[in-house]
Amino acid sequence: MTERSPVLSVRGLSVRFLMPGGRRIAAVTDAHFDVAAGECLALIGESGCGKSVLASALLGLLPGNAEATGEAMLGGLDLLSADERTLARTVRGRLVGLIPQSPAAHLTPVRTIRSQVQETVAALTGVRGRAGVRSAAQAAAERAAFPSDHLDHHPHELSGGLAQRAATALALVGDAPLLLADEPTTGLDRDLVDHTVDELRRHIDHPGEPDTAERALLMITHDLAAAERIADRVAVMYAGRIVELADAEEFFGFPGPRHPYSRGLLQALPDRAFTPIPGLPPELGSLPDGCAFAARCDRADDTCAVLPPAVGGVACHHPVPGAGMEASQGAQEDVRA
Amino acid sequence: MLELRAITAGYDRRNPVVRDVSLSVAPGEAVGLLGPSGCGKSTLARVAALLHRPDSGTLLLDGEPVRRWRHRAPRPLRTAFGVVFQQPRLAADPRLALTDLIAEPLRATGRRDEVPERVTELARTVGLTPDLLGRRPHEVSDGQLQRACLARALVLRPRWLVCDEMTAMLDASTTAALVAVVEDYRAATGAGLLAVGHDRTLLHRWCDRTVHWDTLTGAGRTH
Ligand code: SF4
Repeated sequence: MTERSPVLSVRGLSVRFLMPGGRRIAAVTDAHFDVAAGECLALIGESGCGKSVLASALLGLLPGNAEATGEAMLGGLDLLSADERTLARTVRGRLVGLIPQSPAAHLTPVRTIRSQVQETVAALTGVRGRAGVRSAAQAAAERAAFPSDHLDHHPHELSGGLAQRAATALALVGDAPLLLADEPTTGLDRDLVDHTVDELRRHIDHPGEPDTAERALLMITHDLAAAERIADRVAVMYAGRIVELADAEEFFGFPGPRHPYSRGLLQALPDRAFTPIPGLPPELGSLPDGCAFAARCDRADDTCAVLPPAVGGVACHHPVPGAGMEASQGAQEDVRA
Repeated sequence: MLELRAITAGYDRRNPVVRDVSLSVAPGEAVGLLGPSGCGKSTLARVAALLHRPDSGTLLLDGEPVRRWRHRAPRPLRTAFGVVFQQPRLAADPRLALTDLIAEPLRATGRRDEVPERVTELARTVGLTPDLLGRRPHEVSDGQLQRACLARALVLRPRWLVCDEMTAMLDASTTAALVAVVEDYRAATGAGLLAVGHDRTLLHRWCDRTVHWDTLTGAGRTH
């Protein structure tokens, strides 16, 4: 798919929550994926599917009762086994720039944007001296298209779009090779969504100074239109597992998703069939042994009582044929719309 | 008929977010109100649902002007509206199990005996399984909680539904499911709908008619 070497490489990542009474919740199970420099991977799925937990695991922000296993390599460091000191000193801000879900809540309410950006510059870069920090902060704001005449404003004086850019400016300061955007478009108007994702795209395509390396972007979202606009590849999560990993153009265009759940999600869009997937996702605390989607799937049969392995990016016993497969498999496989 | 005439409303009298706005919804009609966030469309929706008293202007319900809002509104008027908001976590009492959340309007109006049947029926309608009904809001997902909030909005069989960004936080499948519940209810009861949102594609697909906020105020008005 891409020849560039991965910035982030996730192998067999699982997260279990240990609940009172010995109950275990399988929030994320056996996730494998890479994100390369200059690439955007969109991790999509409904709320509660495990995608936010996966993000927290990468940032070392899981609650105390969570247990993460597997590997997530970034810049020679395994994020999952790093201790809090390493996470605080070298990971957050320096290796991973976080663009949060609600920027207004992420910013400190009582301080101006300028002082927050300057503080981040002083903490994350080698820039020293008042004048130096001041101009570096201004440059960071400019990179995020945050208007310099608003730098002395407080967060509550900013529109949703500007708060988003302020948070983005903070995320860009440390020049981290990986940007992690967690539902960056929730609650924004469509025009602002388009604008926000276009800006995110710009930060991975042209990260500012010509000699800096390209960034990788992992965007976690339930907004399929935003994902379609920005992503090179999509990872679809269902009940804690990545059930499909696909090229974004093929996924949103032709031949479309191959996993029945992904197909159902796209068909639910108001500019497509607008029909919901029947039923609800299973509880992460009591997942079935076989395919977790079986109870809602119109392609399910007896084989689905066994967990489907991920083959060619799709974890399904009866995937819809993909690109270049119509001729060989189309005859035997019943393509249900 | 639900008629909003020359409504001015807001939280600061000197600077109302809604200025001289008029809009009407015919019985059984679904009207989508489209506008950017912060434009005042949610405030207008609250006025229409008797939840916010306007500074000036008239709200007519089947030709009768509404004179009282919120808890002062006469019960038959209040119960004629079912309202669903954007953020279920802000709208739902965190102490109540979903089953009590849905049943609460029945209890508050002295119709306790209808609770078991109505809650069971509505849970099935919105797709909530019995094990979820016993849980409290923090034990379910946003989508599951919004399903409960929609069931609650329908429990008194309202003649009017006001959905303020009901699906903005939800994934595509849950969105389609909840819109289908609203439309099935309207088909069965003839209820009218005011759906407020910022997603043009969604409101066009959902509603009979979509109006943009900018066309409703003062001179730009067409209705
Ligand atoms: S494995 Fe079976 S049940 Fe699961 S998605 Fe594929 S066809 Fe459906």
